[in-house]
Amino acid sequence: MGDTAASPPDPLLHPKRRRRPLRGLMQRSEAIRAYILMSPTLVVMTLGIVIPFAILITISLWTAQGFGFDTSLTLNNYAQANEQPIYNALLFRSLKMSGLATVATVLLSYPMAYYVAFHVKRNKMMWIVLMTLPFWTSYLLRVFAWKVVLGYEGVINSGLLATGLIDKPLEFLLYSQSAVVITLAHAWAAFAILPLYVSLEKIDRSLLEAATDLGDGPVMRFLRVTLPLSLPGVISASLLIFIPTTGDYITPALLGGPDGTMIGNLIQLQFGPVNNWPMGATLSIILMLWIAGLALVFLFLTQLAKKKLT
Amino acid sequence: MTNDAFISVRNVKKMFGSFQAIENISIDIAHGEFFSLLGASGCGKTTLLRMLAGFENPTSGEIYIDGQPMSDVPPHERPVNIVFQNYAIFPHLNVRENIAYGLRKQKLPRAKRNEMVDEMLDLIALPGYGDRKATELSGGQRQRIALARALILRPKVLLLDEPLGALDKQLREQMQLELRALQRTIGITFVFVTHDQEEALTMSDRIAVMQGGKLLQLDTPTGLYETPHNREVASFIGTMNFFDGVVTAESGSDLTIDTKGLGEIVAPKRQTTYGVGDVVQVAIRPEKLQMADAHDPEAAHSVSGFLQNAAYLGERSHFYVTIDGVERPVAVSSQNINGSGTGFDQPRKVWLNWRKDVAVVL
Repeated sequence: MGDTAASPPDPLLHPKRRRRPLRGLMQRSEAIRAYILMSPTLVVMTLGIVIPFAILITISLWTAQGFGFDTSLTLNNYAQANEQPIYNALLFRSLKMSGLATVATVLLSYPMAYYVAFHVKRNKMMWIVLMTLPFWTSYLLRVFAWKVVLGYEGVINSGLLATGLIDKPLEFLLYSQSAVVITLAHAWAAFAILPLYVSLEKIDRSLLEAATDLGDGPVMRFLRVTLPLSLPGVISASLLIFIPTTGDYITPALLGGPDGTMIGNLIQLQFGPVNNWPMGATLSIILMLWIAGLALVFLFLTQLAKKKLT
Repeated sequence: MTNDAFISVRNVKKMFGSFQAIENISIDIAHGEFFSLLGASGCGKTTLLRMLAGFENPTSGEIYIDGQPMSDVPPHERPVNIVFQNYAIFPHLNVRENIAYGLRKQKLPRAKRNEMVDEMLDLIALPGYGDRKATELSGGQRQRIALARALILRPKVLLLDEPLGALDKQLREQMQLELRALQRTIGITFVFVTHDQEEALTMSDRIAVMQGGKLLQLDTPTGLYETPHNREVASFIGTMNFFDGVVTAESGSDLTIDTKGLGEIVAPKRQTTYGVGDVVQVAIRPEKLQMADAHDPEAAHSVSGFLQNAAYLGERSHFYVTIDGVERPVAVSSQNINGSGTGFDQPRKVWLNWRKDVAVVL
């Protein structure tokens, strides 16, 4: 029978592979698989971050003219921002204040996170929830709450008056830089506690015992093992607080007074009452560059510190 | 406390809440001894080790190391170092920094410190590994680094908490020999915690067998294996056949025991205080029983039974023999000396012969 030789191969022995090029590609390349998995995020990030950012940069190169914009591209705004002392003063004040708030928050949150990670045996979750409790109310409410606490006839002042420690209310409490720093530190505490807790909780307890066994007392053990191993938490907590607080404008607007005004208030003014969008965009970008630069310096310094500690 | 005791554990008890982890243990360990704490998990061996290191404090009793009471000495000031079960290698440091970790207090010049680390790296057979990251090491290497990190401080006592448990069989056997050799070379006291009886027998000068927080027996490997003091030790170390019986006569150093199945047998009295009429158990190791086709007139004792099954294991074979009146089949082990097997591979009637002094009365 001559036709047997030409008959198609037994489908059971040689099941025909359906060609699926995309699938084959995914199978072969891990990078492509990763990009496909990331694609929804990438789309959102492009639409929500890259495009607005491009628009912001473009606007910052325009010039405000009356109620409209001169759309010819120029760096005049940047030059102006650099020359006007008020812009730089507000910028550095913002960086200083949020820097202070960041340091205060991390320093205050670290012991709390440490306590929950190392000394709470049961109900850790409850402790975490309790610590993040302030976060459950709106940001605005928290700011107002501090207004009540720090105000001229607020909790602190009336308490001190009642005990006779002072005879007239302390005025520096409210509408000052310290009021802004205190409020920011409290409002953002949850952002510090959580990463700090996670990084501390991850530390293998036997490493601490090993350090003790090798001759370190509690302080040296903390400096040589606990702190370096929790540095990732410290870094992320610091960045998580520093970056958003620098541009914050609600707290300084409500609690800052003239002394406590920050760059965020100025930017808001440019986009609002002043109606100088190009200058607002310029200031935003300058602020972003400063934050990015400082974050890089901070990362570099922590790396250096890590080397020094060990 | 005896005079040559280097570590002395005196009437130590340890409670965790209402749970008694250690029940009144006293142990003396000599200088330069390789001492093992052996027991199943939860027997208290690790708790005892951690008390030596200072991570736990005895609820009552006292631990002396080199003549000094240790109650008020915090772990970082004790003359002991520990190798942890998971090695506890610092992940943020490289190998050199890990090994040199404990040298900080000695304030040595960098060159001297590096020299000491290099010496340790040679000792643990990992020369040139100083700049490796701790995260790039295999289990066996981590174990050695942990050992080097402890030994570089020249501790008076090295504590080892199941340091070989995570290694595969071949590496473990190699490390057992290396550890033992190392201990002989440097001559410091090792206290070794393990649940592996073979490991304990291979390595130790003396072994403390623990169960439920109690010390069952403290003896040399030979002593534990050949003359266990109780049934727990006898069955924990190796395989053991037990026969129930009653003491019928006492003569000098021997006891005559009427056992179910084996009949009247004579066994050495040893440390037991049994007298006529006491209900006892006679224990005989599988390899002490010789299997034969016939009754051996030379042997002190002889009993017939039925060979149930045989397992050929290469260098030796295991047999199970049922004897009338004995509840469980008797385990017999024999070396395969000749090249043609044992000849006992089919179920059939056999004789078991043994010498008088191999039976242990419990």
